[in-house]
Formats: sequence, structure tokens, C-alpha cells
Amino acid sequence: MAANGASVFAPWDDPDQTPLIRFENVTKRFGDFTAIDNLSLDIYAREFFALLGPSGCGKTTMMRMLAGFETPTEGKIYIGGQDMGPIAPNQRPVNMMFQSYALFPHLSVYENIAFGLRRDGQPKDKIEARVEDMLRMVRLQKFAKRKPHQISGGQRQRVALARSLAKEPKLLLLDEPLGALDAKLREDTQFELMDIQEKTGTTFVIVTHDQEEAMTVASRIAVMDEGRIMQVATPDRIYEFPENAYVADFIGDVNLIEGTATPSGEDEVTITWAENQQPIRAKTQRKLATGQKVFYAIRPEKVGISKEEPTDVVNKAKGRILDIAYLGNLSTYHVQMPTGEIIKAQSANTRRIARRPFTWEEEVWVSWNGTGGSVLED
Amino acid sequence: MRRFSWFNVTSLTLGFAFLYVPMLILVIYSFNDSKLVTVWAGFSTKWYGELFQNQAFLDAAWVTLRVAVMSSTIATVLGTMAAYTMVRAGRFYGRTLFSGMIYAPLVMPEVITGLSLLLLFIGIGLDRGVVTVVLAHTTFAMCYVSVVVSSRLVSFDKSLEEAALDLGCTPFQAFRLVTLPIIAPAVISGWLLAFTLSLDDLVIASFTAGPSATTLPIKIFSSVRLGVSPEINALSTIMIGIVASGVILFSLISKRNIARAEADARAAERT
Repeated sequence: MAANGASVFAPWDDPDQTPLIRFENVTKRFGDFTAIDNLSLDIYAREFFALLGPSGCGKTTMMRMLAGFETPTEGKIYIGGQDMGPIAPNQRPVNMMFQSYALFPHLSVYENIAFGLRRDGQPKDKIEARVEDMLRMVRLQKFAKRKPHQISGGQRQRVALARSLAKEPKLLLLDEPLGALDAKLREDTQFELMDIQEKTGTTFVIVTHDQEEAMTVASRIAVMDEGRIMQVATPDRIYEFPENAYVADFIGDVNLIEGTATPSGEDEVTITWAENQQPIRAKTQRKLATGQKVFYAIRPEKVGISKEEPTDVVNKAKGRILDIAYLGNLSTYHVQMPTGEIIKAQSANTRRIARRPFTWEEEVWVSWNGTGGSVLED
Repeated sequence: MRRFSWFNVTSLTLGFAFLYVPMLILVIYSFNDSKLVTVWAGFSTKWYGELFQNQAFLDAAWVTLRVAVMSSTIATVLGTMAAYTMVRAGRFYGRTLFSGMIYAPLVMPEVITGLSLLLLFIGIGLDRGVVTVVLAHTTFAMCYVSVVVSSRLVSFDKSLEEAALDLGCTPFQAFRLVTLPIIAPAVISGWLLAFTLSLDDLVIASFTAGPSATTLPIKIFSSVRLGVSPEINALSTIMIGIVASGVILFSLISKRNIARAEADARAAERT
């Protein structure tokens, strides 16, 4: 997502940038249920921003508040500096692509795309040109006269996208846009979405529960749980530097090891985690108290596995292979410690079956270095 | 194909005979040449000819038609609005009471509806005539319309309206451009139902119609008291025809409606 050659697109790191969207201490309650809990968030122009979380975490409510279908119980939402409180959905510079696509069944593909433009009372030839452009963008020129029920699911998804982009909104909201597509089509469409986003320069906010989808398309991700934001960061930072156990656990596969911390030097901590095991030595910026309960999170692919005791690594433990999950390109080994803890180690299957080095019940060493994982406070 | 047992065939025949033999006899005797209703004297269509010469009947028919068109149209507008509000408003204080009150006239004895309307009209000093019959018919037909329309609205995808708002419609535009065209078949069948109900109503009309607005059912009822004439048979045959085609049209439209809703649901599942 580089804007031009050398400089990387990262307006969130630039204090001079003003955000396009600003949530300011927003709370939304439905009766007794708090869907959004005192949440503040900035989203910048041209971002592809993902709201990620399990169902019921409040991500859809956030999106509906941006579209104007819900109003915050407390707090304010600004788009382009303007308070959205008194602005009705039809007055907002925002368009939305609905999860169900919400194509008008009584109108043709062409009329569906033209619908929003006609409401603006633009001249006829201008509308026509714009719709043609949109049809070309989503490669549906041949289907302009068809009704929504006469085209496939993937085509409907593209009509919905074209319709929501036709009015050139400042902000496009996508509610689980690929949820209804099958895996292969979904992957293709993800790249198409990124392509369109870059080409049109529109700010996209996508709601999804699919972490892979969020990681693929988004410039930044907000991981949400129970109406709060657990972390906002770029996909790689979310994955490599989770701020808390929830994010570490929600995104990808992780070993979460519970232990007791003892600061042991500049930016370093040792964690006692199991009897008769060498304490984990880890790098961290956190200021921890001696004896504080912490989690150590490390991704399986950062954990090595070997028959011989490794000598050049800071952290190691000996165990027995309990399970092997063979994924084709990768294998995940579940290694059980004598005290019962299981550590997952992942390695690429660079050799074919006969040369595979480990098998069930074998005694092996798992190892990782001091910067491989994250120390998380409880 | 399943075979019918003799029991099935008999019950079916008896049932249909019970329902339709009286009407069939009426239709047959409307083509009777004789002036005596019960004596068959050969085929003739002369009573139909005479009927169209009878100014009193023609006037009554004209009143009935006007009343039916006006009342069913008003009832459709009001009933659709009521249905839309009940389905869309979600939960609010007194919702159950309101929806119950919309449906109550369905089971209210017509005599009571008629009588209470009569008292109301007298009370506010409204002279009885076409206007009062239209008002009365609107009152009881409205709840039928709202039942038909709300059953369609329940299965209506609300995100379609939100999409319309999102694309720049005012709430009214969203209703006119998106909701209404989609629920139109239900609205039309509601109108047809209201129209047929108004056409054959006797009880409420006789309470609320004045001497200036005699509807056809009232006219028929009062002339039958003086003796059944073949003319009445002819008139009744025509009315059976109109009402039957109204009902058939209504059921065809709602059937197609259901089929389409199912097709939409299947299509939605496929995506």
C-alpha cells in the first residue's frame, strides 16, 4: 500500500494528519446491552480499515453508526470534521455495501447502479456515463439489463460494489462483503477489492469476522471484543506484536504460556512457567513487577523443533510429540512437556514423506530465541 | 398420482354440492324463459335484457361500484400504512394493543360494526349516503388489507430500505421507489379483497346507507322480500361472476407472490 515509491502509506504515524473519521468516546446501548463501550478511534483518508472480531463484538454497530442507521447513545462521530449526529443517512457522504447485498429485485443491474445517481438529480448523460464506467470496472457490461435474480452470487456481489461506489462516496462501508462467496472466489475478490480501493482512492471500512480476510485487505485492523477495541495496528504488528492475550489468541495460532515474571535486566524478563523447566528469557518494553502474573505468547512457526538439544538458542524445553497436524506445506507438532503443558511448533515440509524427521511419541526439543514472542500482562 | 377412495370421492362431492348446488340452480334459473321462478320453460336471456332496462337496479349497481372502488382504495392506503407501521415500528409501548385493535374488526359482528357506525354518523350529524357507506366499508376492509400487506412485509428484507436511504432517498422516497414496488402484489391483492368485500356487503351497508345510496345487495334484499323475480337471478349471476373473478384474481396474485418470495429466498441461499 505504498503511496509513492519510497514513502510508505502510514498517515496514522503522522501527527499532522487529520483523520477522516473520528469516534469520540462513543457508547451505544440497546436497552441494557452495551454494544459499544466508550470507544475512540481515528480512521484516515484512503485507508482500507478492517473492524475484526467475533459476532456480537460491536463491529456491525460501529458500521451502522457510520452509515447513520444507528445513533450513538453517548459521544460523537465526525466524518471529514463534521459532526454526524444530526445528519440523516441519505445526507451522509457515505455509502454502504450490505452483507445481503440488498440489490433491488425489481430493478435491473443498470438501474440498481444508477439508483443513487438519479436521487442526486444529475443530468441523464452524466448518469449514463458513470454507470457505464462502473459496469466496466466490475466487468458486468453484458449483464446490465439482467435482474439481480438472473445473475450469480459473485456477480451480485460486484453489482452491490458498483452501486455503492457509483456516487463516489468519501467513505465506503463494507459489511462482510465476501461472506457469501466460496473460498476460491473470495480470494480473487479480495485482491479485486484492494485493486479497486487503490484505483478509486476511496476510504474503505470493512467489517469481517474472518481474520485472514482482514489481514489480506486491510492497511490497519481494529480487533474488537465486547464493544471495546483490543488493539489497532497494521496487520503485521497485530500478528507479531499483539498487545494482549485476546488479540494474540484471536489472530492466528499461538502458544500462550502462563507464568510469573522476574525483571532480569534492561528490557529483559525471565518467566517461570513450569516445574523443572528452564525459565523463559524474553525481551520486552513493559515495566513489570517481580512476581507479576504474565502471559508469554509465541507463534508456532517461531518455535523450532529438533532431536538434539540445541545449543545456540536462549529458550528450550524437552517434551514428547503428542500430535502432528499435517497441512501439506506445513506440519504443526504438539509437543507435551512432562508437566503437561503443550507447546506447538511448526515447520515447513521441505522434504517429502520418507525423509520426514519426527514421528509420534518421539522425544524432541522445542526452542525459540528471546525476541520471538511477546510478554503480555494479564 | 394417488387414487381417490370412494369415501374421499363421496365427501368431496357432497361438500361441493352443499356449497355450489344452490348457486348453480340460481344461475340456471336466470336463463329461464318463464316468469315463474320455479317452473322451467326453456332457455332465454331475456331477463338479462330486462335487467339492463331496470333503472333502479342500474342505479344501485352504479352506487355499489362507486362505493367499492372508493372504499377499497382508501382502505388499501390506510391498511398499508397501518401494516407498514406495525411491522416496521418494532417494539413500542402498547404495540400488542395496537395490533390487536387493527385486527379486532375481523371478528367483530357486522351488526355491531354497522350499528356503532350508524350511531356515530347520527351523532356527528353526517347525512347518510354514499359518503357514509364508503366510510363504513373502509373501516372494516382496512383490517383485511393490513393483514394481507403485513404478512408480506414481515418477510421483506429491511436492508433494502436501508440501501435506498444510504443511496440518498428520503424515507418517503425509499418507500415509494423500493418498498412499494416490491410489496405491490400484496397491496393489489389487498385492494381486490377489500373491493369484493364491499361489493357483497349487506349488513353494514343497510345500517349506514341512506335512501339516496341504495347498494345492490340492499336493493336485491328488499326486492326479494316482495318475491323472487327471474331478474334478481340474472343480477345475482352477474354478481357471482364479478365476485368470483375478484377472488380468483386475488388468490392468483397472492400465490404468485408466495412463489416469488420463495424463489427469492432460494436465490439468496444460493449466493
